[in-house]
Amino acid sequence: MSQIFQRSANTLSKVSLFGVLALVGGLVLLAMVLGRSSYVTRANEYIEQPVQFSHLHHVLDDGIDCRYCHTSVETSAFAGIPPTKTCMNCHSQLFTNAPILEPVRASFRDDTPLHWVRVHDLPDFVYFNHSIHVKKGMGCETCHGRVDQMPLMSQQRSLQMEWCLDCHRNPEKYVRPRNAITTMGYVPAEPQAVLGPKLVKEYGIRGNTSCSTCHR
Amino acid sequence: MADPMQHSHHAAPAGDGALAALRARTPEVIAPGHTFESVTDSISHIVLTKRTPIGWFIGFAFAFLLLMLLNVTVAKLLMEGIGIWGNNVPVGWAFDIINFVWWIGIGHAGTLISAILLLFRQQWRTSINRFAEAMTLFAVACAAMFPLLHTGRPWLAVYWLFPYPNSMGLWPQFRSPLIWDVFAVSTYGTVSALFWFTGLVPDMATLRDRAESKVAKKIFGAAALGWRGSARHWHRYEMAYLLLAGISTPLVLSVHSVVSFDFAVSVLPGWHATIFPPYFVAGAIYSGFAMVMTLAIPLRSVYGLDGFITMRHIHNMTKVMLVTGMIVAYGYFNEAFFSWYAGNEYEGYMMLNRMEGPYAVFYWSLIAINAVMIQLFWFRSVRDNIALLFVLSLLVNVGMWLERFVIIVTSLHRDFLPSSWDIYMPTRWDFAMFAGTMGLFLSLFFLFIRFLPAIAIFEMRTITPEAKLKHHG
Repeated sequence: MSQIFQRSANTLSKVSLFGVLALVGGLVLLAMVLGRSSYVTRANEYIEQPVQFSHLHHVLDDGIDCRYCHTSVETSAFAGIPPTKTCMNCHSQLFTNAPILEPVRASFRDDTPLHWVRVHDLPDFVYFNHSIHVKKGMGCETCHGRVDQMPLMSQQRSLQMEWCLDCHRNPEKYVRPRNAITTMGYVPAEPQAVLGPKLVKEYGIRGNTSCSTCHR
Repeated sequence: MADPMQHSHHAAPAGDGALAALRARTPEVIAPGHTFESVTDSISHIVLTKRTPIGWFIGFAFAFLLLMLLNVTVAKLLMEGIGIWGNNVPVGWAFDIINFVWWIGIGHAGTLISAILLLFRQQWRTSINRFAEAMTLFAVACAAMFPLLHTGRPWLAVYWLFPYPNSMGLWPQFRSPLIWDVFAVSTYGTVSALFWFTGLVPDMATLRDRAESKVAKKIFGAAALGWRGSARHWHRYEMAYLLLAGISTPLVLSVHSVVSFDFAVSVLPGWHATIFPPYFVAGAIYSGFAMVMTLAIPLRSVYGLDGFITMRHIHNMTKVMLVTGMIVAYGYFNEAFFSWYAGNEYEGYMMLNRMEGPYAVFYWSLIAINAVMIQLFWFRSVRDNIALLFVLSLLVNVGMWLERFVIIVTSLHRDFLPSSWDIYMPTRWDFAMFAGTMGLFLSLFFLFIRFLPAIAIFEMRTITPEAKLKHHG
């Protein structure tokens, strides 16, 4: 009787044993990695806005506090997008003829709002409230990154649930004094390992991880 | 062969006579006259022949039709969601878990036959173990459909079922029996598949050597993993098979115990009972043997395999069903007794509701089948009546399905708060899905009979008289 298989079948069968494991393991790993990549989370992506507003210029060069424009961050769920009038506070005097600001002037003239596009867009099934985070000593920078260094705004973090939970489970790693909320490039005055637990106690942070904290 | 009668010289002669009479009445595990060659020929012929019996086509067509019904149902379910089923508050669990438990239970006979009977050296397991194991695998596949599909969108539900480092930073609730279930069933499926495949390897080599078509040679050859039947191959095979039997043995008890925890760990009257694990395991083996019987009786008559699956097998399976059925009946008694003895009004009402409530007809049907009807198995005339046994085994399957229905629905539909009481009615899609999984099961089984040896050829050869010849010298 002639042989059914070539000699290579021996090697092939042995390799396939590990090959199948490697393939399955590789696919799972790929799914894990891809699922967290910026391709999925859309982090670090620049989004087309009606005006190329530079946070770098306004925050770093001009030293304007976050709350000058995002007025409701301490009192409401929504940090607030400033009305055109806020822009015009300065730009009625500065760069009045700059072509880049024409949409702002047009918006003011016609009394129609600018249609800013949301950069940090959480899913609709998530309830998020800015004011409680600010009150409990979560700095803007912790979630939004170094906004003072962004000529164009982009999402810095994954905004995935494990990222939220990392802080909700260990708030002492990220908490800062309330007076440094809007500080960019914040460095803790004493080691975070000492300061963090102290602030958690002082601010009464419970790091609530019950489902209905966010999914209401 | 060591004959126990030779060593029983101290026993009374009357005992010897009774034993001899018993032996004379006990059919052999293989019909007389079979040789190595006749065994190999008749079993491998079923697979290698070019002619498929017309009965196979009729059966497969029927099964395939039901399988297509499953396709339609699953498509409908995925498009519209589980609202197409009848379960809703307060009966949040219904056909999905009834059918899951029913199918998983059926699988248990396969594991018991292949593992425990192997370890106890029960020769009669040999001709039924292969297809009983196949039955286990197919039943587990059918069972798994229900928990997967009851999530509605299974691709989003992976993180409920399996612990993996997902981007939500969430793990399943390890204190919930539902996650234990996932582990129990996936372990069960994996070990059963390995056990089945390992047992197939020598037969694959036989088919490879006897097949005529090149494609068949290649396929059987690949599955035979280079088996040449050397002493070293056999030694390793025996070791691997014994180890797998050892691993499977606790599964016979653990899988359905864990399934019963789905209920027993809750605090609902009718579910929260310590009798559940042993009672479920016995029920599983009972229904499993009924299914083996349901499959074996047509199989042996259509393919003329009554020389391999003899009356001995039928008798033994009936006896196992009688024993496990009596344990199940004891479970029913126990449930009724404790609902009275506990003196708890909710427990008491639950039992009363089962016996007199809107689903009483199901309760009394299951008692009629699982506690009363099985008493027929005491009679040898019943155990000899193949046609009757086929009907009875089908009824046992019905009875065990009713048992799960009664446990699940009667406990849920009237719980502690009368204002939330309601009546559960399954929809046509509930029935379509159940019938569909039967189609899946039967289709797989028909394909198995046609393309793989339904009886272990090499193991059957070991119980022929030829294998018992001793070499003196």
